Amino acid sequence: SVNPDLAIERQTASFSVEKLTTWLDGGVEQTRLRRAVVEAIERDPVFSRENQYFQSQNERYEAAVRNAVHLQKKMNEMGWSENGPEFKYIYRAVAGEIAFLLHRVFMRSVSMLGSDEQVAKWIPLASQYQLIGSYAQTELGHGTYLQGLETTAVFDVTTQEFILNTPKISAMKWWPGDMGRSATHTVVFAQLYVHGKSYGIHPFIVQIRSLQDHSLCPGITAGDIGPKMNFEHIDNGYLMLQNVRVPRENMLNKFCEVQPDGTYVRRGSQKINYFTMTSVRISLISGEAILPLMKACTIAIRYSAVRRQSKLKPGEQEAKILDYQTQQEKLLPQLATAYAFHFIDDYLQELFDRGYREIQRKNFDTLPELHALSSGFKAVVTQFCTSGVEICLRACGGHGYSLLSGLPSLYTKIIASCIYEGENTILLLQTARFLIKCFMASSTGQPIPPSVAYLAAVKPGNCPAKNKLDFLHPDIYTEAYQHVAVRLISSTAAKLQDLIQSGVKKHDAWNQCTVQLVQAAKAHCHYITVKNFAEIVGKIETKAGIQKIMKHLCDLFALYGIFSNTGVFLHDGYISGAQMDMVTASYLDLLAIIRKDAVPLVDAFDFTDKSLNSALGCYDGQVYQRLYEWAQKSPTNKQMSPAYGKYLKPLLHNRLSKL
Amino acid sequence: RKITMMNADLRRERAAATFQTELLTHILDGGAERTRRRKEIEALVLNDPDFQHEDLNFLSRSQRYEQAIRKSALMVMKLREYGIADPEEIYWFKSFVHRGRPEPLDLHLGMFLPTLLTQATPEQQDRFFMPAWNLEIIGTYAQTEMGHGTHLRGLETTATYDPATQEFILNSPTVTSIKWWPGGLGKTSNHAIVLAQLYTQGQCKGLHAFIVPIRQLGTHEPLPGITVGDIGPKFGYDEMDNGYLKMDNFRIPRENMLMKYAQVEPDGTYVKPLSDKLTYGTMVFIRSLIVGDSARSLSRACTIAIRYSAVRHQSELKPGEPEPQILDYQTQQYKLFPLLATAYAFHFVGAYIKDTYRRISGDINDGDLSELPELHALTAGLKAFTSWTANAGIEECRMACGGHGYSRCSGIPDIYVTFTPSCTYEGENTVMMLQTARFLVKSYTQVSSGQRVTGMVSYLNDLSRQRIQPQHVAARTVTVRINDPVSLVEAYKARAARLVEAAAKNLQAELNHRKSKEDAWNRTSVDLVRASEAHCHYVIVKLFTAKLAEISNAAVRAVLTELCLLYALYGISRNTGDFLQAGILTDAQITQVNQRVKELLAIIRHNAVALVDSFDFHDVHLGSVLGRYDGNVYENMFEWAKKSPLNKTEVHESFHKHLKPMQAKL
Repeated sequence: SVNPDLAIERQTASFSVEKLTTWLDGGVEQTRLRRAVVEAIERDPVFSRENQYFQSQNERYEAAVRNAVHLQKKMNEMGWSENGPEFKYIYRAVAGEIAFLLHRVFMRSVSMLGSDEQVAKWIPLASQYQLIGSYAQTELGHGTYLQGLETTAVFDVTTQEFILNTPKISAMKWWPGDMGRSATHTVVFAQLYVHGKSYGIHPFIVQIRSLQDHSLCPGITAGDIGPKMNFEHIDNGYLMLQNVRVPRENMLNKFCEVQPDGTYVRRGSQKINYFTMTSVRISLISGEAILPLMKACTIAIRYSAVRRQSKLKPGEQEAKILDYQTQQEKLLPQLATAYAFHFIDDYLQELFDRGYREIQRKNFDTLPELHALSSGFKAVVTQFCTSGVEICLRACGGHGYSLLSGLPSLYTKIIASCIYEGENTILLLQTARFLIKCFMASSTGQPIPPSVAYLAAVKPGNCPAKNKLDFLHPDIYTEAYQHVAVRLISSTAAKLQDLIQSGVKKHDAWNQCTVQLVQAAKAHCHYITVKNFAEIVGKIETKAGIQKIMKHLCDLFALYGIFSNTGVFLHDGYISGAQMDMVTASYLDLLAIIRKDAVPLVDAFDFTDKSLNSALGCYDGQVYQRLYEWAQKSPTNKQMSPAYGKYLKPLLHNRLSKL
Repeated sequence: RKITMMNADLRRERAAATFQTELLTHILDGGAERTRRRKEIEALVLNDPDFQHEDLNFLSRSQRYEQAIRKSALMVMKLREYGIADPEEIYWFKSFVHRGRPEPLDLHLGMFLPTLLTQATPEQQDRFFMPAWNLEIIGTYAQTEMGHGTHLRGLETTATYDPATQEFILNSPTVTSIKWWPGGLGKTSNHAIVLAQLYTQGQCKGLHAFIVPIRQLGTHEPLPGITVGDIGPKFGYDEMDNGYLKMDNFRIPRENMLMKYAQVEPDGTYVKPLSDKLTYGTMVFIRSLIVGDSARSLSRACTIAIRYSAVRHQSELKPGEPEPQILDYQTQQYKLFPLLATAYAFHFVGAYIKDTYRRISGDINDGDLSELPELHALTAGLKAFTSWTANAGIEECRMACGGHGYSRCSGIPDIYVTFTPSCTYEGENTVMMLQTARFLVKSYTQVSSGQRVTGMVSYLNDLSRQRIQPQHVAARTVTVRINDPVSLVEAYKARAARLVEAAAKNLQAELNHRKSKEDAWNRTSVDLVRASEAHCHYVIVKLFTAKLAEISNAAVRAVLTELCLLYALYGISRNTGDFLQAGILTDAQITQVNQRVKELLAIIRHNAVALVDSFDFHDVHLGSVLGRYDGNVYENMFEWAKKSPLNKTEVHESFHKHLKPMQAKL
């Protein structure tokens, strides 16, 4: 039975939860499909995550391998294919507890970087799991800065082979997933040398383990890099190469080739490499950042409607913690953020699809814009979502720290997304470089891409709001965000120019402005997010109250951003001190309004209890009973701890009595 | 420490320092003699073979618990053997033995024994204290329940007096009343001090403490009527058996209620205690420890991140030159140096509270409780402010180490999970901020009604002079000199005054709408928290600035002054809205502040490694491959990884169990 405190929250929803769910999914059919996939996976006991929180690193790794193997079977059985519409829901359904994700990256890089012959040779082997692949780029000493990689591949004309080496300890490959224990092959990125000349970083297919008995190949040292904050189910690995020879044909050569005599040939555009990074960054935003935030909000908000603590009115029952303004101020902006980013994900996907069509027509014009947006949004979305998950964890009081709440695992996992696929600060600086370039171009009247067109049309004047209700007009707050973005970008560009004109070298000037550049890049992404949310809300036609509640969330997201960054809006007086008090007032009013729909708004994310795997966040709200039952399953309660008999008893009873 | 093996980058950094690191270490320890004694105790532990063990990162939770309990038992023996009795020295010893981690006897030593001392009658002390001292009785302190934490009055466990048998009957009447979280309860303890609602003669007399045996001495099996166990895995605290306890009509003799203050007579008559203000004292003490802990945890994380940033080279600053140390990037400095300054600020604040508490404790014994409410309010807020900041700062340090920070070999994940619960325990931080706010609003109200207030809130007195003018308090112009810490203290003071006044006025406005008092308070609580934060921030800047005058060595004073300025200016640059809106600083000054922050980063850069060396964490205590004193990071990461449990066999069993059969089938 559902806890009455939660049941009552659902009776007063101002909109249809089911309609909101289907709208978020993109239609009734999508919702049906997603539910079918999730149900099929969750019904299968092999995929159960019931004991996940009690497992050791070894056990979790084994479970992930087992799941990956079982998934192949399941897909055959269900008639799902990798190109089918079900595929994107599978990862969500297994909640990421699965091995061989890097195997897929291996296949993708062979497909994109390999010649037709290479694709024909390796892809069938990989898709039949006759080999297990990984992707070895990062080294101990180098991550995001690829040119600095130190692994070498020297072409030997006499044997027509590349000789791969790890010349020093910092050159050891470090972190690649699936490589520590599982992989038989990997794509190694190495500095290519032919006849003593360096040609930069290139990809090579290297076999690392025997296909017979899985033992390491000659010249290979490989293993697991040890325990991490999370991802314990993944065998992130190290790899050292000593004079490992691979045939000339193992260099992926769609874009560059070393011919038998050692002649180096480049063909096609390297720009397509950027496109791969762009696609990975956009694709991780939803699954690795937004979904975890949605889960964390679901857990924290449901729990806050069940947990009662202290009294708001004398003589009454203790109040739900969700009724405290400070609790609302923690959680509801995170909820609004989850929605805002859900829509930004749609926006980026659309932009990406359009760019992809252009690229197929050999038009690379949209690449810089796509690259800048995907970098900036990867950074901003992962950072906001990570801090949102942590806020949710902390808003659950002591119980949030129990692994059984599900929140620590969500946090330790999402936080890795701020680093992988490009460290966030570096990505923001890439976005900033693009913004500065566009700003300079626009000031000399050159055309600039649509997403930054606003830089060319700066409007003078101050915020026109007269009372707190004015701040609920999307035009008012969108323009405020636009104003701040323009101001930060233009003032940083001016500062850069000043420094250079005063004789500072270009790279030094850049380094001296990086703190501001990061801020400018964030402001740009924040502005686009607010603008996009407001546009989506303006276009909603579905009835059932959805438009109204989405408008509230959009207002909240926008005003929360102003409230928590008052300085940048006040700085040049665009928003006055008196107007800022109006922002605060409107913002706090919204909390009380959205409070009423908080539970239905998380219900609409439609996570099953199994996917949340949280004693605090279940749909029925039977929090305490479940926490108590789950704790009984802890291995610490199943066996008598040897510690007492082994150490405490003999030591204390015998020796202490003599003290 | 073999200097010859030291990484060349770190050697160069250390050689270029402008001050002697030892002198600063002495200041942090409270004198050269304290440093000497600390290192002596450190050596006692670290050179003791009994305290050695495998890297804890490779052990399961149950193995970690076992190691901890082994070391705890030894620790108690050895402390007595060495005659270490000073609380601070015990703290050092314990922290070296457990390398800054919690341990299963924490509650026995830190709560059970002290509670017996302060709340038990002489007879009860005779019965329980020596057995507990000798660890025949191992106790814990069971207060928190599943359904209630910081709000103590809501606890549901009952203790009903039965005059017929002269016993208390203890019950956990609901699921939510099950005791949940007490450390050492799950597996270790055989007794607990249980907080329960006392019922006698049909009336509830509120919360009282009872000594409850929970396990059979000798067999360690739970007693009939007691259900006890471990609450399962957590975010960190692997060494600790946080537990649950459920009691069903469990009877204990009347004499097991701690009766130094309140009493139940044999016939059931209840005798009230005198003042309950004294319990403030314990809370102040524990919260002051958390402030110190915030400083230490953040210092450890800074040590790791800054040393690693001096060793790690990446990318290109100047075309054609070798890859620079990542510590040379402005963005990296902007992440780390304000945290370094914060760690120093918190050290001085922690020391201040400890000293003040010591001084006031003397007054309390003389019956003077007048300063206690302010100190209580201040420590609540500072506990929240410092633990929030340190918590975020530790994560920032970890992220500044890139991917390797995420590996447990960096040591930062462990520092984080060990520290982060302090945002919640000993008073949930938001609730703490609101307690401070209550005191601030009360002081404001006093000032408004013409009274004067003293202590840290005395700046509110200036408000009464402002009252004749129609504009807000802070609209008066403070001439801020951004290179003068004393002037910056004034700026923070003006900001605090403005936010306290704004919150108090908003509260009054809500009350004028004739809402209930509680409702009005709730509707103002976001403003109230902001006011408390501003107040705490002011106190910290003030204390840091005051500390500078005490430093005699010019080189050390110079570098601490830079840190103090950075702390104050960075705080302004992160909260520009407050200073702009109140008219304390102009747009132009804010631009100068931002610029000055960046200049200070470049200045502090030269001493960054020396400044973390001054924290003087031993490598074993630091527990980090990235933060090693000698900087030999990469070789040691490889050595560390080889010991991973997944590497135990060359071919993992999953190959035979899952991979091979799959390949055969497909």
